[in-house]
Amino acid sequence: MAERPEDLNLPNAVITRIIKEALPDGVNISKEARSAISRAASVFVLYATSCANNFAMKGKRKTLNASDVLSAMEEMEFQRFVTPLKEALEAYRREQKGKKEASEQKKKDKDKKTDSEEQDKSREEDDEDEERLEEEEQNEEEEVDN
Amino acid sequence: MADAAVGKDRCGEQRLVSLPLSRIRVIMKSSPEVSSINQEALVLTAKATELFVQYLATCSYRHGSGKARKALTYSDLASTAEDSETLQFLADILPKKILASKYLKMLKEKREEEEEHDGESDIGEVLA
Repeated sequence: MAERPEDLNLPNAVITRIIKEALPDGVNISKEARSAISRAASVFVLYATSCANNFAMKGKRKTLNASDVLSAMEEMEFQRFVTPLKEALEAYRREQKGKKEASEQKKKDKDKKTDSEEQDKSREEDDEDEERLEEEEQNEEEEVDN
Repeated sequence: MADAAVGKDRCGEQRLVSLPLSRIRVIMKSSPEVSSINQEALVLTAKATELFVQYLATCSYRHGSGKARKALTYSDLASTAEDSETLQFLADILPKKILASKYLKMLKEKREEEEEHDGESDIGEVLA
C-alpha cells in the first residue's frame, strides 16, 4: 500500500486541543511531546484495529464491528474506555435513527403536499427527492470499505 | 466530551468525535488483515483514540514529579511508557533518551561481557 508517512498521522491541531483540554490550565506541552503523543495515537489505532480484527475473525466475520472494538479495548487493558465508548455508541445510534426518521418524515410531508399540486410537476420533484433521499441513506448505511 | 456534530462536512462525518474519521480509516486500512470496517467501528475507534490521547497526556503529566509543574515533556512520556504495563506497546516508539557517550559506554561494556562468556558453557550463559 502506498501510504505516505504523513497520511498515517493525525492532525496536529486536533491532537493539541485534546491534550490541552485534558491537562490543567497553563500547562505547556513541548513540541516533541506533542509529536510523540501523536505517533502514539497512530500506533494505538493500529494496535486496536489488529486486536479488533482478531475478534472479528474469531466470529468468522470479515467486517469489523462495534463489539469487536469494545472487546479489543478490554483485551488491551483499557477497560476504563468501555463505558464512555458504549455511551458514545448509543448517542451515535440515536443520532442515526433521528436522521433516518427525519428524512422519512420529509418524504411523507412531500407526498402529502404533492396530492394537491399538478401531477406532472410533482412527479418530477418526487423523483429528485427520492434520488437524494436514497443517496443519503446509502451514505449512512454503507460499510466503509475500499 | 459530548460532541454533537459541529459543522458536518459533505459526507456527514465528524459526529461525536473531533478526530477526522477519514484519517482514522486510512490508518486502520493500512493493517494488512483488515478487509472492511463498519461505520460504528470507525466512530468507536476514533473516540477510543481521543480517550487514549487524554489518558496518555494526564498519566504522563502525573507520572512526573507530582508537584505542580508547568510543562509536559518528552521524557515524561518515555518514562511513563516504560513504567506502565498498559503502555508497554509504546515502549519501542517512545524510547528514553540517553547521552551518546553513555550509550557508547553501554555498548562497550556489553561487548566485554560477551567476550568473557565465550569461554563458558551454554548453561552458564542461560543462568547468568
